[in-house]
This record gives sequence, structure tokens and C-alpha cells, in this order.
Amino acid sequence: MTSAEVHLEQVSKVYDDSPVLQNIDLHLAPGEFTCLLGASGCGKSTLLNLVAGLELPTHGTVLAPGRPALMFQDHALLPWLTAGRNVELALRFAGVDRSAWRTRAAELPRMVHLSEAYDKRIHQLSGGMRQRVALARALAQESKVLLMDEPFAALDAITRDLLHGELTRIWEERKLTVLFVTHNVREAVRLGGRVILLSSRPGRIARSWEVDIPHPRRIEDADVTTLTREITASLHQEIIRHACT
Amino acid sequence: MPAPESTAFAAGLDTLEAQQVPAARRWPRRTAAQAAPPLLAVTLVLALWQAAYLLGFSDTLPAPAEVADDLGAAWRAGTLLPALGHSLARCLFGFMASAVIGILLGLLLARIGPLRTTVGPVLGALQSLPAAALVPVAVIALGESESAVYAVVLLGAVPSIAVGILSAVRQIPPQLLRAARTMGATGRATATHILLPAALPGCVVALKQGWTFGWRAPMTAELITSTQLPGIGRMLDEGRNQHDFSLVLAAVVLILALGTAIDVGVFGPLERRVLSHRGLAPDTMSA
Repeated sequence: MTSAEVHLEQVSKVYDDSPVLQNIDLHLAPGEFTCLLGASGCGKSTLLNLVAGLELPTHGTVLAPGRPALMFQDHALLPWLTAGRNVELALRFAGVDRSAWRTRAAELPRMVHLSEAYDKRIHQLSGGMRQRVALARALAQESKVLLMDEPFAALDAITRDLLHGELTRIWEERKLTVLFVTHNVREAVRLGGRVILLSSRPGRIARSWEVDIPHPRRIEDADVTTLTREITASLHQEIIRHACT
Repeated sequence: MPAPESTAFAAGLDTLEAQQVPAARRWPRRTAAQAAPPLLAVTLVLALWQAAYLLGFSDTLPAPAEVADDLGAAWRAGTLLPALGHSLARCLFGFMASAVIGILLGLLLARIGPLRTTVGPVLGALQSLPAAALVPVAVIALGESESAVYAVVLLGAVPSIAVGILSAVRQIPPQLLRAARTMGATGRATATHILLPAALPGCVVALKQGWTFGWRAPMTAELITSTQLPGIGRMLDEGRNQHDFSLVLAAVVLILALGTAIDVGVFGPLERRVLSHRGLAPDTMSA
């Protein structure tokens, strides 16, 4: 229990007498990449908000080190700043010494292949580039825990595939603990070391899979496809269960 | 380190998908392109006016040249500049005071819910009042004085600016505030680095609206009050009393020209700059 980087015990969240999450027990080991999967209304984003400290649980305990970095589906970058200034602002908020901003802010976009975009404004960047700047900004927080709320859902397949590769590389290099929320089963299997399926209304952990497929993985790999089918069948069962209630 | 192939792939994708920014035009061409449409519009209006005069649509309508002569005469007599100066000074002081009060009030309304629900509707109602309706109120309360003119400007411009600021703050995407919280921004840092810059386009629009009211209101007050308050409004009143259509039109042309000059010369560039930084100006949305 103490070895976990993120630790949720018997966590429930209720909005207006309506339970959204119920009795969630989740422990993320340091350096673990966990994907959280579920249909609409399963409370995936609520769970992420609880770990990020944006909301408090109604019951139970959430323990996460410091302030976890959070990446959104909508990049949430500041459009009046350049890509580099967005990263610099995160460094400033993280309490990094002013003299180190420029060097660090140049280093991080380089990590996501965006050195040339440093002085560009957000509207001049493509969707994929914006998400990479958002990733660089999240990395600027120097948190060991990275929370990702469907960050690639709005991207086209080619860009998404590229970003899957980038994210995997950065996760391995930085030994981050990642909690990645998605509704895309294939994406979860492509990225995660563990895939957790949440049931809906209220959200509960329905099932969990360890993904033993070695990296680098490709979206079209046979092993990825096989496990995707199995998880998709379970997800469908969860959805069908609601048709009967 | 990433594989060179993946780096090249990412670079290729970025080049294909990123917005192509057209090369900036040199300033003489840019200025000419910006000035051409309004100049064309002015020429068209003058041409229509001249045509209406030549075709005799109205017995009292003067030719554009007569109005220009009147303006020239006022300039030579030394009455034009003081009139302009008085009106402009009233507008500027009134607008600046309104901007300070309106911005503070708008921010307070955004911050304090009960104030918003009680004062908000009153400001909305005040906005619907024309300056002509406020002049008698101000004159009875404060007498026929400069104070009454400023009161009219404040009563009209402050609600306009405050409501504009409130809506600018409320339109800030909540996602930006969530992002700031996860990055550890405190209250003051959030206000400085997120709230104010995010609300800036709306604030510029609010100030522009306030200026529009601030520019029109003193003219109305100068025109309606019976005390001789010098200004362009007084010029209008003199023209009306003397049935001098040419003098009235000269005053109207002055009001239009100065109002447009401030709009085009101050608020236009400011708005374009703020919007283009955010990818919202028309010239950044086409690519």
C-alpha cells in the first residue's frame, strides 16, 4: 500500500444524491502506466479530478504526491501566449527559479519535437502540436504523476498514432506514473501496462487486465488486436447491462 | 532519444497541418489596403450627396462644398478648434472616469454574486436609456453645468462598460481556470496571468462601447441644455436656431469624422492586436 504512488481507498463521489463513483480501490505503482476505460457516465473524469485535487471525495481517501500534472482533451493552452511562454508560465507556477525558465522552457518543447514552435502562437499550431505543447507544459510541473483526460480523442488517426509513440517514449524516459482516461479500447491496450474497466452509474471497477505486450507496440499488432477484442466484449457487456435495468 | 524516422515523421506532419501564415505586406501597401475601403465609402456618400443636391431632392439641402465652406469659415474665425476641444475634453474626461468606475464595478459584479443579481438588472435598465432622457434628470439634479454633462456621460457609459466587463469575465473558458489550478496558480497569479488576459478582448469591446456612448452623450447635453456650453453640440444648436442647414451638417460631419477617427485610429488597432494574438482576427482565421 505504501509503495503506491497514487492511492485511492474506498473512494465514493456523490453529486446531488446521485452516486457517480462507488467504493473505488486503486493503487498505482511508481512508473506504472494505467488506462481507465468505460462508457459515458462511468465517472472517469471525476476520478481524475479527485486524483488531481480539483474535487474532494464524498467518502474514502485519495493520496497523491504533491500536485499531479493534468492534461485535458481540449489542450487548455493560453491563446495569448506563444508555445514557449505557455511552458514558461507552468514553470513559474511550479516555483522554478526565474533564471532557469528560458532554458527549461526551451528544453521541454525539444523533448516533444517542438523547438521550432517555441515562438509560435497556439492558433498557428495544428491539433497534434497543441497537445504536444500541453504535454510539455504538464512535464514542466516536474510531477511524477501525469493524469491525462482523453488527451488525443479529438485528433486524427495518424497524429494520434504519432503521439502514442511520443508519450510512450517520454513515459519510459521519465519513469512517470500515468493515469490515462480514454473511451478508446485500442488506445488503452496500445499504451497501458494495465487497463481498468469502470462500470457506469455509479462508476465501479468492473474488471482489470494486465497488458504483457512488450513495447514498442503498434496499434495494428496482433496481440493488441486480440486483447482489444476481449476488453471490447466486456465493455459491451457493461453497456448491455444498462439496457436491462 | 527518439528515432530519427519518428522525428522526421513528426516534422512532416507538423508542416502539413500547421497553419500557414501569409507573409506580412509592407507597410505602404498594408496602409493603402486598410485605408481604401473607408475612403471609397466617404467618396460614395459625397457623390450621392452631390447628386441629391444637383437633382434638387430638397430645397434646403446644401452642396457638400457649402458645408466645407462653413467649416473653413469657422476655422478662420477661430471658433472650430475651441468647440472641438471643449467637446473632446468632456468626452475624454467623462470616458476616463467611466472606464475606471466601470471596470471596477464590472469586476466586483463578476466576483460577488448577490451584487450581480441586485445591481446587474439596474445597470441593464440604465443601458437602455438614451442620453436625451438622462439630460433632464442630470440638469434638475445638478443644475445646468459641466457637472450635469459629466453625470450624463457617467450614467450612460459606466453601465455599458461594467456590463461588458462582467460578460467578458464570465466568458472565460472554465478549462483555463482548471488548468491554472492544476499548475498551482494562486488567486493573484490566476487573476494576473489567466483572468485578465483571457477577458481582455471583451474588455476592449466594453471600453469601445463606453467610448461610443461617451462621445455621443456630451453632444446631446450641449444641445439640450439651455446654458451656453461651448462645443460641437452648441454649433448644432446654433445651426438649428438659425435654420442654417449647412452649419448643422458641418457639425454632423465633424462629429462623424472625429468619432470615426478615434474608432479607426485607437480602438480598431487595439482590437485587431488583441484578437490577432488569440487567432481571432479575421486575417488570422482564413488560413
